[in-house]
Amino acid sequence: MSAVISKPLVAPVESAKEPGNFLTHTSGFLSWALTLDHKRIGLMYLVGVMSSFLLGGVLALVVRAHLFYADGAFLTLKQYNQIFTLHGAVMVFLFIIPSVPAALGNFLLPIMLGAKDVAFPRLNLSSFYLWVGGAIFFLVAMLTTGLDTGWTFYTPYSLETTGPVVLATMGVFILGFSSIFTGLNFIVTINTMRPPGMTWFRMPLLLWAIYSTSIIQVLATPVLGITMLLLMAERFLGIGIFDPKLNGDPVTYQHFFWFYSHPAVYIMILPAMGIISELMSVHSHKGIFGYRMIAYSSVAIALFGFLVWGHHMFTSGMANVTTIVFSALTFTVSIPSAIKVFNWLFTMYKGTVSLTTPMLYALSFMFLFTIGGLTGLPLGALSIDRHFHDTYFVVAHFHYVMMGGTLVAFLGGIFHWWPKMVGKMYNELGGQISAGIVFVGFNLTFLPQFVLGTRGMPRRYATYVPEFEFLHQLSTYGAFLLGIGLFVALGVLINSLFRGKKAPTNPWGGATLEWVCSSPPPHDNFSKPPVVGDPYDFRGLEYDAREGGYVRRK
Amino acid sequence: MRQLFLNLNELVFSLRTVEIMFFLIADQNKTFWFPEQASTFAPEVDWFFLAVTYISLAFFVLIVGFMVYFMYAYRERPGYRGSPEALHNNALEIGWTVVPTIIAVWIFYRGTIGFLDMMTIPADTRDVQVVAKKWAWSFGYPNGVIDNELHLVVNEPAKMIMRSDDVLHSLFVPAFRAKCDVVPGRYATMWFEPTKTGTYDLFCSEYCGDQHSKMGAKVVVHTKEEYDAWFTKMQIPPSDPVEYGKLLYAKTMGCASCHSIDGAKIVGPSFKGTWGGEVALAVGGTVPFDENYVRESVLNPQAKARAGYEKASLMPSYQGRLKEEQISALIAYMKSLKSE
Repeated sequence: MSAVISKPLVAPVESAKEPGNFLTHTSGFLSWALTLDHKRIGLMYLVGVMSSFLLGGVLALVVRAHLFYADGAFLTLKQYNQIFTLHGAVMVFLFIIPSVPAALGNFLLPIMLGAKDVAFPRLNLSSFYLWVGGAIFFLVAMLTTGLDTGWTFYTPYSLETTGPVVLATMGVFILGFSSIFTGLNFIVTINTMRPPGMTWFRMPLLLWAIYSTSIIQVLATPVLGITMLLLMAERFLGIGIFDPKLNGDPVTYQHFFWFYSHPAVYIMILPAMGIISELMSVHSHKGIFGYRMIAYSSVAIALFGFLVWGHHMFTSGMANVTTIVFSALTFTVSIPSAIKVFNWLFTMYKGTVSLTTPMLYALSFMFLFTIGGLTGLPLGALSIDRHFHDTYFVVAHFHYVMMGGTLVAFLGGIFHWWPKMVGKMYNELGGQISAGIVFVGFNLTFLPQFVLGTRGMPRRYATYVPEFEFLHQLSTYGAFLLGIGLFVALGVLINSLFRGKKAPTNPWGGATLEWVCSSPPPHDNFSKPPVVGDPYDFRGLEYDAREGGYVRRK
Repeated sequence: MRQLFLNLNELVFSLRTVEIMFFLIADQNKTFWFPEQASTFAPEVDWFFLAVTYISLAFFVLIVGFMVYFMYAYRERPGYRGSPEALHNNALEIGWTVVPTIIAVWIFYRGTIGFLDMMTIPADTRDVQVVAKKWAWSFGYPNGVIDNELHLVVNEPAKMIMRSDDVLHSLFVPAFRAKCDVVPGRYATMWFEPTKTGTYDLFCSEYCGDQHSKMGAKVVVHTKEEYDAWFTKMQIPPSDPVEYGKLLYAKTMGCASCHSIDGAKIVGPSFKGTWGGEVALAVGGTVPFDENYVRESVLNPQAKARAGYEKASLMPSYQGRLKEEQISALIAYMKSLKSE
């Protein structure tokens, strides 16, 4: 009798042991399209931003291929201008700004807080659709009518060019709202939904970084909205604020624009810094060095970031005093960044450094971001900037920060949390190879551009004087190598979906809460509220070969 | 033996390749980083940049050195287990806050001193009236002499009084390490003192539309005697109206940046073969391409815009900038293109 009963009992227990995860919780198109689950929204964002990145990247390769010859390889001047505009605008507005906060942030923030979701799940979904709507609007506007103003929309050129500036600015306006909603949601979530025991200084540093970012998004993005509205008003109504023909001042536009767009640089880099804080400590299996300094420096960067916009305008004829004050403020922002780098570095000291794919990306970041940061020093120095302003030196500098910094950190983050997101392990060697190719390709692309800049090659040129050809060609070779590296990374990730091993709960030995959830996490993250400890307490985390990951032993 | 010879040959060949590569990277007359130093600003910018770069390099080597060392010394390996404890060290934190701050303050200070020198215009300068318009530069000298090249005298400070007729432009002379945006609706001024005779590139470095990358000019730095000779020559226009028209077209007025004489459409219509024919108007109908049409189009470009050039707004009015005999000379030049 007992044998008869026990047999059917075993099977349901086994299947109940295999708990549904958020990917399999419900199915069908609408279960994704109308989901309020932050993890699904995060994944949808990830697909969206990566598609944008693919588009922006292909455009970058077109630009680099064209610049292989001094007279230009295959584009007309106008086509070149349209393509570099599209490259910049897509990368900035559709990729870098939403990349870490919207994609990884959405997925991770509630789990790291031990919460079931963000504070306003519906607002979260609506900000995703605003992003999709804004992105489509923006792309259609740019593609159908050939915008050629550069991503900065500088007046008065943007007032008189035949391109669809109004439609594109409308797109930016909508995207801005998406960004504001996300920021607002994260601020409220972090302020109100931290579990008992998680004080501010027991928050993972990624959350400090996202919190600082959200503050900038909420405070600065409205200014971009206002600027874009003023630009539209100028074009339709001729109110005479930016257009010199109507007694306006084009430099006013630059002030407005950079008042948003410089803090936006920190919207782009701060979350990446947060990722690096996590990666460096987890893969060194050691608590982060100088937690408070890193946390404070995030806030300091967010605050100082509001005060330095004028350095984009050093040659535009501001008063000398204004220029000097902006130079001084610009140097203040370099200090917190330096503090972060030193603290990450010393996190490795006396740790156990695993050279996994995410760690290799994090170390690449350290190398590239240091170059990006240090080359900001001559640009901040007023006398040198007279020569370097609007040259390839600037182009190389911000690509080292934005791409070598944000993109490389973002890739590291994706490789780090990929097992958590999709529940599959990727091929480690493949990942390491991608990190190596990206590193070499990146440096080959942008190191020559520093030298082009010091030698006086202006940016946004479709053709150039012949003596710059050799360095341009090096850069083009590098860009294609970089492209190959990125495709290898993509291939490794996609391959893992089909052929990857099942991911353990804690593949790297992380101590933050997302590594307590199963991989992928269940629909509501935690069935019972997790115990909150120090997010960087790595004691007792040991590798368990049977599990394939780390488990905590008391 | 033969094999050895071949190997040696190969080695020599590859060494040559490396040599040529270095030659290409570092042009002989210039340094690796910079073009020629041709103004008083150049030595200051160059040494200061190199100083900042060496300081940066020291930090970079320090950071990457530590990184590589830690990667090696504390790498995960059998039998080794590092400490999981978070470390903290106040002395280090203070150190790596204070030292970069001091260096940043110094860079700021040096940069500002150099900047103020660049912004302080000396009392007695040679003034040049610079007009930037899409997509050409024009340089105005005393006595109404206008040229599309910037002519300067070595060791004499020169002041640029710059205006834009349309959008933002920026005057950039890499050899002088000098740059200043030209903002429409106001005058921008900059100065420099060339220290070396020769011809240098001048670029527009603020994006200004289609032909931005073509908006270059030459800077010619003369000795005093050469300059005077050039200036005297420029004051006497050629007596042949066709020659005069050609000079106005190609150099003085910069018509060539928008209108070709070989039939190519740059921005405006080409002058080739248009004289004496009929041109279709944007509003429909045709008008003869004659003296009066040319005169009206130069002085009031929007009056009779041609089909295919509906806006004609890219063409600025030359009212007050062209004298009557100059318009006649341009007409003579256009006529001459017909007969060729």
